[in-house]
Amino acid sequence: MEVRVQNIRKEFGRFPALEDVSLDIRSGELIALLGPSGSGKTTLLRLVAGLESPTEGTIFFGDEDASKKTVQERNIGFVFQHYALFRHMTVLDNVAFGLKVRPAKRRPAAADIRRRALDLLELVQLSGLEKRYPAQLSGGQRQRVALARAMAVEPNVLLLDEPFGALDAQVRKELRRWLREIHDRTGHTTIFVTHDQEEALELADRVVVMSKGAIEQVGTPDEIYDHPVSPFVYGFIGQSNCLDVTLANGEIWHEDRPIGLRAGNEPDGAAALYFRPHDVELIDGCGGCLAGLVTASRRVAGTRHLELDLGRTHPPVEIELPPERAASTDHTRIAFRPTRWKLFRKGGRKEAPPIEAEAPVLAATGT
Amino acid sequence: MAHDAGYAPDTLVTAATSETRLSRVVLTIVALGFVALFLLLPLATVFIEAFRKGAAEFFTALGDPETFAAIRLTLLVAGIAVPLNLVFGVAAAWAIAKFEFKGKAFLTTLIDLPFSVSPVISGLVFVLLFSSHSLLGPILQSYGIQILFAVPGLVLATVFVTFPFVARELIPLMQEQGTADEEAALSLGATGWQTFWHVTLPNIKWGLLYGVLLCNARAMGEFGAVSVVSGHIRGQTNTMPLQVEILYNEYNFVAAFAVAALLALLALVTLVLKTALELRYSDEIAASRRH
Repeated sequence: MEVRVQNIRKEFGRFPALEDVSLDIRSGELIALLGPSGSGKTTLLRLVAGLESPTEGTIFFGDEDASKKTVQERNIGFVFQHYALFRHMTVLDNVAFGLKVRPAKRRPAAADIRRRALDLLELVQLSGLEKRYPAQLSGGQRQRVALARAMAVEPNVLLLDEPFGALDAQVRKELRRWLREIHDRTGHTTIFVTHDQEEALELADRVVVMSKGAIEQVGTPDEIYDHPVSPFVYGFIGQSNCLDVTLANGEIWHEDRPIGLRAGNEPDGAAALYFRPHDVELIDGCGGCLAGLVTASRRVAGTRHLELDLGRTHPPVEIELPPERAASTDHTRIAFRPTRWKLFRKGGRKEAPPIEAEAPVLAATGT
Repeated sequence: MAHDAGYAPDTLVTAATSETRLSRVVLTIVALGFVALFLLLPLATVFIEAFRKGAAEFFTALGDPETFAAIRLTLLVAGIAVPLNLVFGVAAAWAIAKFEFKGKAFLTTLIDLPFSVSPVISGLVFVLLFSSHSLLGPILQSYGIQILFAVPGLVLATVFVTFPFVARELIPLMQEQGTADEEAALSLGATGWQTFWHVTLPNIKWGLLYGVLLCNARAMGEFGAVSVVSGHIRGQTNTMPLQVEILYNEYNFVAAFAVAALLALLALVTLVLKTALELRYSDEIAASRRH
């Protein structure tokens, strides 16, 4: 079922947790709400669930206005961060709970409930553990029980709050792949909250990046990574460098020299230049470039990470190079230029669209 | 020896509790001696005194009509007060642990009030409220309702004094458990009542049981507050603790200690019951705390 969030505002006491948030979620989509803690992602999830009610705004399930409905009426499946399994019930009873509490006329027969619960346990690969109690399960197993329990009610939408947050790295990776499989097989519209960008980018069809109670960007993992629309997204997703630069006559200057990049018809003034460590090229002879002293060099798997000191008060810049290109660069001065970069004007980033360049600007100014 | 050269595992293990053997023995003796002197000795004295003139005399004393009436009254008062406090306690704990509202801290403090106020004053409050010179007393009397020097007064005083037991036992437990289980039940379509019966109540049942047992022990043993509102009408408004005092003041020591022994026995049964349940369901209790 498609879910539309329209102009939602939520205040706790007098603190706004969400401000004017709108989001369209397509039917059958697996979508991630990604952001640092305090960004409002869990609040948004709980609003969709009906566990909180919005201060303003509407939430549609399909064409129906769900915002006035109670959590029970919305028929959602919610997986809690710490699973919230009923500890005095067996695994089977936990999964069957949502069906057992239905009013008599909508409740399946006892045998059907049992069969359905067992089917779900098979789907989440827990067959044979139906008589166990939650305390007798590992973290990953509890997670799966929680998911089976949420799916038992055939929910309109499946909501997961930090589904892998309490698991160790190995189990986390496994469950991530497994959740994707389950989603592809069952086709539930699924929203999950995470602060782990790797998780969001790997698992989701689309990622919603949130910060300070607002949505920064919505897009596929590729769009989010390759075309961040704000400094926040650039900084939050993946590695990035930020340089204070100035624009003069369409040229970009870092401190007292042009760096060989042009920014079209932009007006003069201060700006911030963002680029990723791996989107750089080394250049011989500096006719418009960035140059710095290598202060640290680390080999990480297939690439070499270099830390460069660009001088003065600037924090070090990190670049990544193929190891063969970065050989014998220790404590030497190297010149480079970003191949993909973005400019954000200082102040009021909303008003000024970012200036983007993907190919190196070869027309270096002659100095 | 070669295999344990370099380190001695035993000393490593006990490093955290490095008291000498002597100080451990001394501490144990002090603790046990204290328990024996202040708990076991008085208890034993009660039973010895009760049976000083033999079992026959003991049962004759309990069979006395006034004493028998006191026993019945005590059971009646506890039988009304404990269920009331069970409901109040669960409601109060639920409100405090699961909801955010203004005046929550004040309510929490208020629940402790009966613990911090002397029981005599608690009793006096009801005398001031319901006596014939008060505001409420004459009105109720005109409808033929007698509060003071009757069962209602005894129940009110007992409810007041024993109110904190259930709530105090449940509040920390429910706060620790949080609201996620309830939210999970609601999200699965359960109604409020279903959530309470199938999720909340099973989660708190052990704490609730302890609270009720303690509440019951205190309800039967309460002296001060009950003494003030009772009026000491023989065979009518004397509960067991009051009857003990009367018998003792009349130098009827065997009877006094017989009733006291019975009262002590009720307390002991409560404790034994609690321990037995803990042993019987230790796995389940441990499981419900872990998770």
